[in-house]
Amino acid sequence: MKKFKNSTLKQIYGYLFISPWLLGFIFLTAYPMLYSLYLSFNKVKITADSGIITEFIKFDNYKYAFFTDVSFVQSLVNFLIQLLLSVPVIIVFALVIALLLNSKIKMKNFFRTIFFLPVIITSSSVINELTQQGATQLPGLSDILNISALTATWPVYIAQPVNYIFNNLITILWFSGIQILVFLAGLQKINVSMYEAAKIDGATSWEIFWKITLPAIQPLIIVNVVYTVVLLSAFPMNPVSPIIRDNMFNISTGFGYASALSWVYLIFLLGFVGIYALFTVRRGRD
Amino acid sequence: MERTESKVKSPEKMAKVKRILLGGRGSYGVLGNIFIYMLLIGIGFVYLYPLLYILVNSMKDLEDLLNPMVKWIPTHIYFSNYEKAFKVLNYVPTLTQTLYVVLLSTIAQVISSSLIGYGFARYNFKGKNFFFILMIVTFLIPQQTLMIPRFLMFQKLGLLNSVLSFFVPATFGQGLNQALFILIFYQLFRMIPKSLEEAAKIDGANDFTVFARISLPLATPAFVISFVLSMVWYWNETYLSSLYFGNAIKTLPMQLQSFVDSYRLLFPSGAVVTDRLNESVRMAGTLLTIAPLLIIYFIVERWLRESIDSVGITGE
Repeated sequence: MKKFKNSTLKQIYGYLFISPWLLGFIFLTAYPMLYSLYLSFNKVKITADSGIITEFIKFDNYKYAFFTDVSFVQSLVNFLIQLLLSVPVIIVFALVIALLLNSKIKMKNFFRTIFFLPVIITSSSVINELTQQGATQLPGLSDILNISALTATWPVYIAQPVNYIFNNLITILWFSGIQILVFLAGLQKINVSMYEAAKIDGATSWEIFWKITLPAIQPLIIVNVVYTVVLLSAFPMNPVSPIIRDNMFNISTGFGYASALSWVYLIFLLGFVGIYALFTVRRGRD
Repeated sequence: MERTESKVKSPEKMAKVKRILLGGRGSYGVLGNIFIYMLLIGIGFVYLYPLLYILVNSMKDLEDLLNPMVKWIPTHIYFSNYEKAFKVLNYVPTLTQTLYVVLLSTIAQVISSSLIGYGFARYNFKGKNFFFILMIVTFLIPQQTLMIPRFLMFQKLGLLNSVLSFFVPATFGQGLNQALFILIFYQLFRMIPKSLEEAAKIDGANDFTVFARISLPLATPAFVISFVLSMVWYWNETYLSSLYFGNAIKTLPMQLQSFVDSYRLLFPSGAVVTDRLNESVRMAGTLLTIAPLLIIYFIVERWLRESIDSVGITGE
């Protein structure tokens, strides 16, 4: 009897500790989500005395987004291209840097400090200032390699991505600070004796990387892809963010339309992450 | 000649040279090391390049700026850009406001994350796994979807145009990237041995005392990571803050966004050429915006690094 009481008490304590989250989730996440879903099917008017007038218009907002408003679909496509190009570059760079930092080198801490620096200072207004001044493009790089001239003869679908990556190299790299740490933590956890055993068996560093290191950090790649997508999707300078916010205060479209756009955006992001996860899981099974 | 010489060299000697250059067991060799350092320095330079650019250009006067010969080393150090940027950003009041908003939100977020993380790590209750997964899924919901209904709610409740529109979500576990902080605390609290708590309970402590007296002091690394990251993210946030705060509160990055307009107000299209807005003044403004963060980072950097090494930053 006493034991039963104890475990009930334990449960109550558990709920007490997470109660801030529980309340917050219900009132600040779940309810707003439902509310915005509701708004997305309405024409919303805000009156001066902060009253909200809604008029049910079924799927009109969504239809407008896809068939009338050219800018939205276009920006969504642009963002998709941005994701497809940036995410692999960020992941590969983060992994390379983490591998370098994990090797026996001097001044490890110094380099770690540098690679984490962008996490500290990256805000959209700072990036904006830097891109406007051309400070996010390496001058030396364009001197050595004239990328646009080089790619001029290439097919557009290859030239464009290459140009994009080179023109945005610094901003892409600046988004990899946290991912480096995630990989580094994973690399440090791999048992050293595994490496030693492989070396005794005559494996080269190359083989060790593909056969031991990469499988060991496979789950972290998924974590980092998800994190990168979230990071890029929240960034105010991505092509979709400004459109959603501008429509909130646009008299002809308003909160209802903006809500519809934000739901399309949500589903788009979940779809992106979902498809990626599906692919990796299937590949993992083979 | 060469042939005979290489023939003379004993195979052991060759192997030794090869080992030094290309590396063998447990080392990368000279060539490998050179390659690694070259890569690190190269990538490090790419990372630092924009910062160097800001620093150098913010100290150029008009003459240096227009002179194509002057690229990396200004002919003399010139601080007037900073004076102007200082005025344009309305620096001291803006900095005070920024710190006020950021610190309040951060403290709320860190405290609530520690409580929630502890609850998930240390107790079993009905629906725990479900709630835990739900919490992680909320990390995927973009701010853009939540901000519209929250804006309307906050408007009704009178939370707009005040720090409360950041403070309230942070208190209730729904702040900026908060799922990540809850995870960090969750991970740390799971590492603390249960026996410690049980011993305290036998001595008659209740669950909250155990949490406050025994578990919290052991959670310093999680506090350090969460505090620094949360602060940095709230500081750099402009999308939500410009929506929720309107013109009532201006943080430094928000002020930087409207730098050009503010400048024109202060120095109406300069009769004096040197008073016109130029890149140098804008770079000075950018540096002033990130300077407080940089200072804080270099102070806590070592502490932060050690904390990250002991807890890690994501699950498992």
